[in-house]
Amino acid sequence: MVKKPTFSQEIANMLYASHGNPLSSCIQCGTCAGTCPVVHYMDHTPRKLIGLINSDYKDEVLASNTYWFCASCYHCTVRCPSGIDIAEMMYALKRYSMWKNRYREGLIGPVFSETFVKTIVKSGRSYEPVLAPTYLFSFGIREFVQEAVTATNMMIKGRLPVLPPRIKRLENFKQMVGRIIPIGEVR
Amino acid sequence: MKKYAYFPGCSLEKMAQSYHLSTIETTRKLGVELEELEDWNCCGATTYFHVDQLLAHTLVARNLAMAERKSLDLVAPCSACYKNAFFTNTYLKNDQDLAEHINFALEEDNLHYSGNIEVLHLIEVYVKEVGYEEIRHNVTHPLEGLRVAPYYGCQILRPRKNHEDVEQPRFFEELISAIGAEPVNFPERLRCCGGSLILTSREAALSMVHLLLKSALDHEAEVIATACPLCQVNLECYQQQVNQEFGTSISIPVLYFTQLIGLALEIPPKRLGLGTELVPATKVLSYARRETNE
Repeated sequence: MVKKPTFSQEIANMLYASHGNPLSSCIQCGTCAGTCPVVHYMDHTPRKLIGLINSDYKDEVLASNTYWFCASCYHCTVRCPSGIDIAEMMYALKRYSMWKNRYREGLIGPVFSETFVKTIVKSGRSYEPVLAPTYLFSFGIREFVQEAVTATNMMIKGRLPVLPPRIKRLENFKQMVGRIIPIGEVR
Repeated sequence: MKKYAYFPGCSLEKMAQSYHLSTIETTRKLGVELEELEDWNCCGATTYFHVDQLLAHTLVARNLAMAERKSLDLVAPCSACYKNAFFTNTYLKNDQDLAEHINFALEEDNLHYSGNIEVLHLIEVYVKEVGYEEIRHNVTHPLEGLRVAPYYGCQILRPRKNHEDVEQPRFFEELISAIGAEPVNFPERLRCCGGSLILTSREAALSMVHLLLKSALDHEAEVIATACPLCQVNLECYQQQVNQEFGTSISIPVLYFTQLIGLALEIPPKRLGLGTELVPATKVLSYARRETNE
C-alpha cells in the first residue's frame, strides 16, 4: 500500500542536497526571524514558515511571499542552532511552488527566474536587457522613470551591454543541457 | 608566484568592468598570474537554483572542468559565482553519483571533472596567496587617512565554507590597513544589500541599501569597498533611487577593493576603471593625487 507523503515530508525530501538538518529539528527559537534582513516584507517570518510546513499547512505556505523575498544571504543558515539550512529551504520552496505552478500572484520572482534560465540555456551567458521586461511592467510610473534614469546613466558610462553575449561552443553547451533536462533540442 | 584560472563571470564583462580591469592590473603588479578561462559560461547566479538544481550544478561544473584541464585552481571575483563554484565543487567531490551524472552531460562538450581543483574568491588571493606583508611591501602610495568601510556582503562568508569566522571576520579590515587606509567600524558590514531583490522586490532592496549607506556615513566612511559586483551596483547605482525614495541626499562612492589597492600601487586611475562611477570618487582620488604631488 502506497502512502502519499505529507506536505512536510515532501518539503523535507527536497532538502537532501543541502546537507542541513531536517526541518523537524526546528525548535522555533526565532533566531532566523531575528536575523533576516528582509523579514519586514515577508508575510510569515522564516520561523513561522517552518512551523507551518511542519504542521502541513500547505495552502498557507504556497500562498506565502516569504521565500520569494529571501535574498539568499544565508545569515539564518549560519546562525540556526538546530543546523537547518534555512536559505536552502527557501530555494526548495521556490522550486516547489514553480513546479506546482502555485505561486502567489503579482510576484516578479518566478517569471524573472524562468526568463533568466531561458537566457542562459540559449546563449550560455546572462544578459540584463532581456530581463528588464519581467519586472519593469509591474512598476508604477515613478519607479519606471527612476529605473530608466539609472539604466541610462549606466549606459552612458558604458556599463550595460548592447549586444547579447554568447559562448563559442554553444551547440555543445546546448547538447550538454539536453542531457540533464531531456527536452529535445533547445532553441 | 601562483597561477590561477580566472572566471570573471557575466557582470565583469560590462556592468563591473572596472572590477575586471583593476583585478588584472593589481594581480599583475603583485606577481599573481590569472589565466582567463576560455569560453566560460554563466554560473547560474542565484536565480538558476530557483528552477533546477541539477542543471545549475552542471553549468558550474563546465567551468570547473575547464579549469581542471589546465590544472589550475579557479578564482571568482563575484561572490555569487564564488559561492556557486565552491559548493558545486564540494558536492561533486563528495557525491559520486552526482559527479557521474554531470560528467555524462559534460561529455557533450568533451569535458570531464574529477574534483582535483579548489575554488577561491578573488579576495582570498590577496589575503592568503599574496598576503598583507607582501602588499604592504609593494605599496608605494599609502592611502593614508582615507576612511574605508569594508563591506563583506553575504556570499563570500556565507554559507560557511572552510573555517573562516562568519560572524567577526577581519580580513577585509586587514587588507585596507595594508594599503595604508583606515578601515572604519562598519557595524552593518555583513548585512545583505538585497542582491537581485533590487529587480524583483524593489522596495525591500532599496530599504536594505539605504540602511547600509546610512550606517557607512554615520561612521564617517569616505568610501565603501566591496568585493562583489552585485553589491557594488546596488550600493552605488541605486543611491539616486534611495535618495528619491527616502528624501535623503546620500552621496558616497562605492569602489572595488582592487581599485583601492591599485591606487595604493600607483596604477593610473583610468587603468583601474575609475571614471565609470555614477557617484564620483573625487574624494578618493584626491587622496591618491595628494600623495603624488608631495
